[in-house]
Formats: sequence, C-alpha cells, structure tokens
Amino acid sequence: MNAIRLLRSIALFLVLTVGVATPANAQVADAELTPLVDALAPGNFKDREAAIGVLVTTGDQRVVQVLEVLLEGELYFDEASGKIVFTSEAGGKGTITDPVTSAELPDLTADGLDKVKVNNGLRRVLRTAIGQMTLLSEDPGVRLFAAQSILRDADPAQLELLDSAIAGETDAGIKRVMEQARAAIVLKTPDATIDEWQAAVPLVQAIGGRDALNTLTTALATAPDEVKPLIQTAIDGLARDRAVWDVAQNVWFGISLGSVLLLAAIGLAITFGVMGVINMAHGEMVMLGAYTTFVVQEVIRQNFPGLFDWSLAIALPLAFLVTGLIGIAIERGVIRFLYGRPLETLLATWGLSLIIQQAVQRIFTANIREVGNPTWMSGSFDLGGLAITWNRFYIVIFAMIVFVALLLVLKYTAIGLHMRAVTQNRRMASAMGIRTPLVDAMTFGLGSGIAGLAGVALSQIGNVSPNLGQGYIIDSFMVVVFGGVGNLWGTLVGALTLGVANKFIEPYFGAVLGKIIILVLIILFIQRRPRGLFALKGRSIEA
Amino acid sequence: MITQALFRALDKKAIWIVAILLVVAIAVPLSNLMLPDGHPLRLPNYAVPLFGKYLTFAMLALALDLVWGYCGILSLGHGAFFAIGGYAMGMYLMRQIGTRGVYANPILPDFMVFLNWKELPWYWYGMDNFWIAMLMVVLVPGLLAFVFGFLAFRSRVTGVYLSIITQAMTYALLLAFFRNDMGFGGNNGLTDFKDILGQSISAPTTRAALFAASAIALALAVLACSMIVNSKLGKVMVAVRDAESRTRFLGYRVEYVKLFAFVVSAVIAGIAGALYVPQVGIINPSEFDPANSIEVVIWTAVGGRGTIVGPIIGGILVNVGKSYFTGAFPEYWLFALGALFVVVTLFMPKGIVGLIGQYHRATTKREQHERTDSAEAEAGIEPTNQPKPAE
Repeated sequence: MNAIRLLRSIALFLVLTVGVATPANAQVADAELTPLVDALAPGNFKDREAAIGVLVTTGDQRVVQVLEVLLEGELYFDEASGKIVFTSEAGGKGTITDPVTSAELPDLTADGLDKVKVNNGLRRVLRTAIGQMTLLSEDPGVRLFAAQSILRDADPAQLELLDSAIAGETDAGIKRVMEQARAAIVLKTPDATIDEWQAAVPLVQAIGGRDALNTLTTALATAPDEVKPLIQTAIDGLARDRAVWDVAQNVWFGISLGSVLLLAAIGLAITFGVMGVINMAHGEMVMLGAYTTFVVQEVIRQNFPGLFDWSLAIALPLAFLVTGLIGIAIERGVIRFLYGRPLETLLATWGLSLIIQQAVQRIFTANIREVGNPTWMSGSFDLGGLAITWNRFYIVIFAMIVFVALLLVLKYTAIGLHMRAVTQNRRMASAMGIRTPLVDAMTFGLGSGIAGLAGVALSQIGNVSPNLGQGYIIDSFMVVVFGGVGNLWGTLVGALTLGVANKFIEPYFGAVLGKIIILVLIILFIQRRPRGLFALKGRSIEA
Repeated sequence: MITQALFRALDKKAIWIVAILLVVAIAVPLSNLMLPDGHPLRLPNYAVPLFGKYLTFAMLALALDLVWGYCGILSLGHGAFFAIGGYAMGMYLMRQIGTRGVYANPILPDFMVFLNWKELPWYWYGMDNFWIAMLMVVLVPGLLAFVFGFLAFRSRVTGVYLSIITQAMTYALLLAFFRNDMGFGGNNGLTDFKDILGQSISAPTTRAALFAASAIALALAVLACSMIVNSKLGKVMVAVRDAESRTRFLGYRVEYVKLFAFVVSAVIAGIAGALYVPQVGIINPSEFDPANSIEVVIWTAVGGRGTIVGPIIGGILVNVGKSYFTGAFPEYWLFALGALFVVVTLFMPKGIVGLIGQYHRATTKREQHERTDSAEAEAGIEPTNQPKPAE
C-alpha cells in the first residue's frame, strides 16, 4: 500500500511540477479533458484501448497519473454517472476526488463506486502509453523517472519506444539510464545478435546492485554460448561488489543496533557511575517513555490530526520530564535509604520495576500498542548498495545527539562538574562542599530522563508493550559492564562494539546463538578486565 | 573429627530445624496415605506435591543464602543451577517413558522423533540409569559453578558486576535451552513423565515418597550448611562478606573460599531442582528466566539472610503467598511481589528472622532494664552497657 501511495505522490508531484514549470507542455482545458478521461469507464477492453490512445494524444501530464492509477488497478468510476474518480486509499476507500481538477467529490460514496477493469493486454498498452507520454516529455525529471521505471520492468514491448527516445535524448545522464534500460531489455530477448549482447552486458553490469545481478543471472541461461563467459565475469564482478556491500550493510545494522543499545544504556551508565547503583527499573523508564509517545500520539490523533508529524517533537520533552520526575521520586523515596548497599538497591529497584510494569499493564492493558511513524520517518533511501530505513537512520543520529549533549552537560555545566566529582571520589567531593544528595537525585533524574528519550526512539522501531523494557535491560547491563563506568566513551564504544559484533555473528550462527556467543564472550571479557574497557583509575574504584 | 564437626554443626537451632523436617517427612506422607478420605487431618492428594515443591524452593533459597548471606556473593543466576539439576532429572524421566510415548520409540524421546532425529545425542547416553542421572544432577551444576566461579573470583569480579554476569549466564542458558537443536526439547522442555524408579510418578505413594525425599534432602542441606557456617571456613566466609580486602591481606585465599561456597551452593540448588521436576511434572527453559533467579533472592531476603532457618521460612512463606495470590487476585501478585522487594530491603534487611531477633532482644533488654532498675533502686549502681551481640 505504501508503494502505491508513494507512486501516487510522485506522480502527483510530477504533474504539479510539470504543470507549473513547463507551460509549453501540452495542457488541455479541464472541460475538454474530462470527457476523454470518462471514456475509460464504459465498454469492453477494446473500447478502453481506444480511449487510452485518444488520451495519449492530448499530451497532458494529468493523463499520466490517470493511466498509472489504472495500471495499478485502483481506478474507479461512479456507477450512476459513469464518472472516473480517484480514491485516496486503496480498495476504493477514502476521499473521492476528481482526477482532472483534483477537487473533492463529496456527493459520491464509496458504495457507488466500481473498479475500472484491466487485463494483461490492456496493461501492456498502458505501460507503452505511459512510457510514450513520459519518455518523450519535455521535462528532464519526468524522462529520467520514466527511464528508471522502464529499467525496473525491462518490458521488451517498450524497446522501439526506447530507441526513438534515445535518438532524441540530449541529456547525457538520462541517455545513459535509457541505454541501460535498453540493455536490460536486450538481455531478455534471446534473438538479439551477439554484438547486441556484448554491448548490453557491460551496460547492465554498470547498473549494479541486486537487480542487475538477477537480470544477468537470468540472461546467462538464455544467452548464446559466445557471450556466456562475458556474462559470467560480469556476474562475478557484481557478486564481489555485493559482498562488499553486504559487509557495509552489516556494519550499518550493527551501528543501528549499537545506537539503540547506546540509548538504552547511557542513562544506566551515568547512574551506575555516579552512585554505584544498578537501577533494575531502568528498562521500565524506557517503557514509560515509549508509552508517553503513545499517549501523545493518541491525543494528537483525536484532537489535532494535523500535528501528527510533530508528535515525536512533543513526546521527547514530555517523556524526559515524566521519566525524569519518576526517577527523582524513586531516588528520594527509596534509593537514598540504601546508600552503600548496592545489592539491596538492585533488589529494591527490581521490585519497583515489577510494580511499574504491572501498573502500566493495568492502565493500558497487556496488548501491544503500535506507535505510528511520522511521514518523515517512514520509508527508506538507498546509499550505494545499502537500503537504509529512515527511522533507523534518525535513531542513529538521535543517539549521537543525545550522547554529545550528555558529554557537553557533563563537561561544561556545574551539575556535570559535580557529577564527575562525585563519581571520582564521593567523600572528597562532599568535603569540598558539593551537596552529594542533590547530585544523586539529579543524576538519577537525568539517567531516567534519558531512558525516557530512549523509549521515544524505541517506540519507532518496535511495538510498545508493558515488558518492552525487559527486552533491553540485560543488553544495557552488558554494554555498561563491557564499556566500564564513569566514562561515557566507554558506553559508546561498548554499545557500538556489541552492536556490530552481534550483527556480524548473526549471519553465521543465527540470532539466538549469536546472542549467546556474545554473552559468553562478555563473561569471558569481564575476567580479563573486571571493570570494563574504560575503567576509572585511582583509589576511588575500591568501594 | 566428623563427630566433632557434626556436634558443632548441630547447634540448637539446626537441631530444631532438622527435627521438624524429619517429623514433617514422616507425618505428611502418613497423613496422606494412612488416614481415610474425609478425615479432618488428612492431607488431600494435590497438596502433597505442592508442599514438596515448597520444600524444594526452600532448599534453593538455602543454597542462595550460603553464598549471599554468608559469603556476600549475590548470585542472580541460581535458578540456572536449579534448572540444570531439574533437566538432568527430566532426562532420566524422559528415558523411562520408553515405548509409551506418542511415537512409541523405545530409545528416542518424542520431541526428537518429531524433529526427525535418528539417534540419541551423546549427552543423553546413560541418562536412563537413575544413579548416573543423579550423579549428573550433582556434577553438572557443580562443574558449571566451578568453572564460572573460578574464572570470576580469580579475576576479582565482585559486587554488582558479579551479580550481572551471573544474570548474563542464566540468560544465555535460557536462550540456549529455547533452541530445538540443543536436544532438550526446546520451548516445551521435558514433560509427560511416566515412571520414576519403576513406580508410576502420579501414584500417591510415589508422591508421598518424593515429598519425604524432599524433606530429608532439605534436612541434609541444613546439616551441611550448618556444618560449613559453624566451621572455621564458615568464619572466613563471613569475613570475606564483611571485609574482603582485609581478609585477603590477612593471608586467606579469598577466591578459593568463595569458590567453595559457590560450588556447594550450586550443588544444593541442583539437587533441589532434581526433586522439583518429578513433583511438578515438567521442566522447561522458563526456569532459566533471570526474573526467577531474582525472585529466589527475595525468598532468602524475606526469611532473613545470614541465617539457616531464614531462607527456609522465606522460601515457603513467599511461595505459599504466591499460590494464594495468583489464585485469588492474579492481577495483584506482581504488585505484592514488587512491594515485598521494596519493603524488605528498606525496612527489614534481616528478614523475618531478624525481626524476631529484634523483638526478642527488645523484650530481654526491657526485662534486664527492669531488673537493673530495681537493683539500682536497691543498691544505687549505675547500669552497665550490655555488650552488643555480634551481628
């Protein structure tokens, strides 16, 4: 469905830009165009073919959109009036609009609509028609898009059209894509001459990526014997590239996982560093952050639907406040009575985590809640051979921002200075006049607040449920003990190392075994460096 | 020497616990088997394995107390030793099913036939022999604890770091046992047991015998722990708990002391697990859940750590409470458990036994005060400070 929506918005975008930017482009008056479009509704497939032929001659870019929607099988007409309409959602649902004027048609209902039927023959005609209208368009953007879509489909029926487009093309970049598309089509036609094959193979190889690899592999079976070695070398070259990109992909997944771990662990690291307290309820703070996002989105959905894309920006400070205040309450209410008894603190916070989990379950039920992605976080983009989803990308960025911000807070603010002093030597700091209880409360609030921010981020890549935090807590501990306490860089290195290592082990041993291996490696690592990678040096560590 | 050690071990409290456990070991089966149905003192059939289960939990709590209460090592992975002991017993019980399984394979347990395995994995060999299985119940948890403890204590991993890697250990085992190709039945674990030592596992007599075995095993564990903590080694353990560095500088090999306590504790936990499995009829990977291991800590804490009787009281009380709560108000059990964690750590760090001790001391003090007050009135002597009992 997303793809359809995306395609449609691209088509719409094209229509708009074309309409505004190139007034020279054929533009037919609405009143003239509407009956031509409506001619698609009645009659059989033959009649429709004729109607498409007429539409193409108008050269109007609005026709392209109509044809594309028809190709998807999502074009509807009103049974009573025979009028062709668009619907905003697939399956003939949502708002109904006029395809020509884009005006809403409130009089029509979804019940009265019927689908304009297409068959394979008509689809071929449609593709050619769209190709004609776009490949020969005067707008370079439209031509490029058309060439790319032909490259994707590689439909032999488009060969002639493509040839004429190549002949008339002046832009070198677009011409290259068209030639690549032509080459991909040639590889699909076994009766092409040897010369054509030989010319086509390097062109297709230059496309790169998995699609080129697939095209070449298919072609290898039908190719004449003379060009088989050539194709094989091309395939090998592509496979090598692919392997390199796969490594890059693993690194990216690893960084992505690592930044999730970083977000979840960094708050834990500072509370542990400053107070020597293991906060078992940390995972629940993450969970509360995620639920804050959920609540914010629900409120927005019901009251201010237009603000949806801003929901995360609203949820972030709220989540920080909510979890930070709960954190301070926990510190003041429970933990301050347990100083010098880290193991007891661990137990008390575990008890709190059970209570929080159960309370959230009572309020929001145990059902999994889905938190929506704002539009700017959905979808993905390609970087070379990598497919990077926007939400993961933003989470990596967000984790880095949080990390740097925390680093700055620790380094350049008074509370940060106090926190570092207490981390290094609590008694000495106290003797110098630092109010350690206040620092403790602030640290705990800050650590919990960051957990809340992590929850907002995590709600974007998974579902939200009362035991969301439990899934991250052990991993966060691993990051902290691996990286060492009292140094944020340790947490960063720990999180990224664990993330990348996890993703590199995973393909060989599977996710579960990979995780077990990582856990065992960490247990062994702790034997070597009992206080983590970046251990604090000095007398303070012997608590 | 052994008699001497025994004599020392059997201080007054330990004698009482062992005696009570032995009485229970006889009385409960008798009441269940001998008294006619409907007799007010007759224990219903369902209650026998239930009580037996509580006893194995008490034993697990006692095992944890030996390392935590006496040696200062907070293990968050004791459930793993319990579960491994349970799996060893489960493997024996699986092999006893024989051709009565769904697939009627004389050698392979059902889940292996289902996974299309052709032969028994090497670690399943010999598990059809009860004594070999019992050896494994002791050996495997002990060995795991030895290797893990050796590595950890040698490099001086202490405090919360140790707690967290024990948690990582049980978590890794949880993930491992969930895997089907580990050969332990994956997600479903081992179940559908039929016989133990040739007796039907669901027969009231077998259940009564299992209960008696649990009570006797617990009594033996009490004896063993009591012997250890009252020996010189036990004193060193307490010294390690209270001031590890100082003990090391006094010339004791702290890591070996800890290792000893950890291994003995793991073995006791393993035996408890082995007794648990035939009474509940199933063992699955959820026993490895880190949350379970943390729950064990709270049993020990509720009863009172650093005492022999405490963890037994705690293990039984909390689990009776759990049975009641999960039946009567299922949605409030986690609230109650969570509150228990908080309340116990905040207000009764020494647990129920500590509270009783406090009360006891308070009353004796008052009596003494009254006595000295009257003596003062008679002779006009300043009250002397009572020496504080060692804590």
